[in-house]
Amino acid sequence: MNPLPLVAVAGSPNAGKSALFNALTGARQKVGNYPGVTVERHSGRLTLADGRPVEMVDLPGAYSLEPASPDEAVTRDVLLGKQAGEREPDALVIVLDASNLDNHLRFALQLIELGLPTIIALNMVDLAKRDGLELDSQRLAAELRVPVIETVAVRRRGISELQAALDDMLSAPFCGVHKHVKSDLVHLQRRAREIATAAVVSETPVRRWTHRLDGVLLHPVIGPIILALIMFVMFQAVFAWSQLPVSWIADAVAWLSNTVSAALPAGLLRSMVVDGVIAGVGAVITFLPQILILFFFILLLEGTGYMVRAAFLMDKLMHGVGLSGRAFIPLLSSFACAVPGIMATRTIDDPKDRLTTILVAPLMTCSARLPVYTLIIAAFIPNRQLVWGVGLQGVVMFGLYIIGITGALLAALVLRRGVLKGSGGGFMMELPKYQWPPLKDVAIGILTRAQIFLKRAGTIILGTTIILWALASVPEAGSGQKQSEVSIAGHIATGIEKVVKPIGFNHDISLALLPAMAAREVAVSAIATVYSIDSPDERAGAQKLQDNLHRRWSLATALAFLAWFVFAPQCISTIAVTRRETNGWRWPLFMVTYLFALAYLAAGATYWIAVAAGLGGT
Amino acid sequence: MNAPFQPEQMSLDRLAVGTRARVCSINWASLDEAEACRLRHFGFDEGVTVEPLHLGPFGRDPIAIRVGRMTVAIRRAHAGAIHVQPIR
Repeated sequence: MNPLPLVAVAGSPNAGKSALFNALTGARQKVGNYPGVTVERHSGRLTLADGRPVEMVDLPGAYSLEPASPDEAVTRDVLLGKQAGEREPDALVIVLDASNLDNHLRFALQLIELGLPTIIALNMVDLAKRDGLELDSQRLAAELRVPVIETVAVRRRGISELQAALDDMLSAPFCGVHKHVKSDLVHLQRRAREIATAAVVSETPVRRWTHRLDGVLLHPVIGPIILALIMFVMFQAVFAWSQLPVSWIADAVAWLSNTVSAALPAGLLRSMVVDGVIAGVGAVITFLPQILILFFFILLLEGTGYMVRAAFLMDKLMHGVGLSGRAFIPLLSSFACAVPGIMATRTIDDPKDRLTTILVAPLMTCSARLPVYTLIIAAFIPNRQLVWGVGLQGVVMFGLYIIGITGALLAALVLRRGVLKGSGGGFMMELPKYQWPPLKDVAIGILTRAQIFLKRAGTIILGTTIILWALASVPEAGSGQKQSEVSIAGHIATGIEKVVKPIGFNHDISLALLPAMAAREVAVSAIATVYSIDSPDERAGAQKLQDNLHRRWSLATALAFLAWFVFAPQCISTIAVTRRETNGWRWPLFMVTYLFALAYLAAGATYWIAVAAGLGGT
Repeated sequence: MNAPFQPEQMSLDRLAVGTRARVCSINWASLDEAEACRLRHFGFDEGVTVEPLHLGPFGRDPIAIRVGRMTVAIRRAHAGAIHVQPIR
């Protein structure tokens, strides 16, 4: 079979490459604004006017063909046909930021030298106009000797013209020579400046929005305060905005549980559906709104360009523990999920910097911990207002995030002094223009997350829940016995309990720890399933689960459980991605070991202190 | 009036915020290869106009610098390798 023609989209970071790719293919892809959001291979399909399909691949942003990061190495290798698992592109779309031509043209010149059929998308012409810059795209095309199309990818302007140009180019027979002329960067840069100067029709100096905003957001005093406020609002919102939708979902789960119980005859099937599937999966789905709110904030911060500013503000502090401000972006993404966070570390140039960031990324409180935190906080921390608009529960949640962050910084410091000793890499980043991200792109990002989460709920969580239900249901308990103790799962838990009893963990927690290795939020569904089996007469529902917890756990145990989840590496996906990104088992094993040790110590210390403070009773 | 003042060369990390300057020389040898490469990517080169715009909140590090039409952030230590002459 003849493979489809492959068109690569290349360009410097912040040229709007991902937005253009989205506009061309409609692919579901995250659109960010900081250098290096595109670290995975993103491909999509485009249908030409004559119906021929074309495969498009979105290459990681690069400043030149001489890579300064692993990310840029991928771009070079694909373009030279040296990348494993990728065929040589048949044509090239180069994306240029119209208001940054003198820099972006250097890479474009290098790419044109490759000799592939090439089109240039002169992107973000609207922002250039806003900055008082008038360009002559015809002149640019004449200088470069390739077609130039003006586009505004985020508004979908110029996209059909670009498609038409692609159509023409791919219809023409091509027998060029593919070569790589290793050019002198300095020479290319000077040539780029000449062309850029020639292409500028007029330039009126205007007060730039970005500069004025940066005057406030990067202000030495106001800047960090705003950053702290944004983080605080983000985590309060996760709690406050989600209350209503969470209660809807909880009501729906309770209704479903009651309806199914009434419809099915008592027996094994009803027990499996009601106690296993509905109680288990339902308990986890309840947290969907919170996860989506968190992702909404992260996508917005990325899309507007603020994320890079946060890295700028944090660089010195990160440098103090042996990391760079660049690590701030992967670490902040890890608040959503450590897996994309760890993959985003590819933009860090220094190998030791990068490895340290990978090893501490799981300490950032990911969204999968939210179900666990929320459940325990709702059950044990009174819903009291400290001052107007600031609830005690939100403050405790914020505190858990802070503990995770502190733990990560301390771990980085120790790692940098010990196993990963060495001089720190630098911090060099482009500060892109502020931009309001198209809400459609944010919506696509959130929808993708919702799908991933629901898919997890439907596969991993459903699977482990059913297995746990089965293990927890046989053999059946006699009268006076507790099902959660005599069952197979109960016996396994009794074994685990021996290890975790000193840190205040009871039998229920021991039972939840093992399936929670698959994914942290399974701890919630596991506990829900166990309680549901233990007392089948009670109807499922979030309120019931909280009451049960309150009855069975002491505050000291609950706090120890929270402390455990701040540190414990209970997520197979994270371990797997660490193995992939570090090329072997050495570092993931190291990570799992040190994190479990930390979790054990943290939970233990919390428990012992809480008991000493008189919080040990139920 | 004073005689035309010829400002002296200084390293970029000592240039005041809001002062435009021309790059006279860059001590490439003091940078490692990837760092030098990245600086070139950002367009740092002899003869280019630069202007420090913002300083980091802690220890006035890193420094946000306008170079050409781009704004980039680099650490004070790296800025020390770039020698500039203030314009006017």
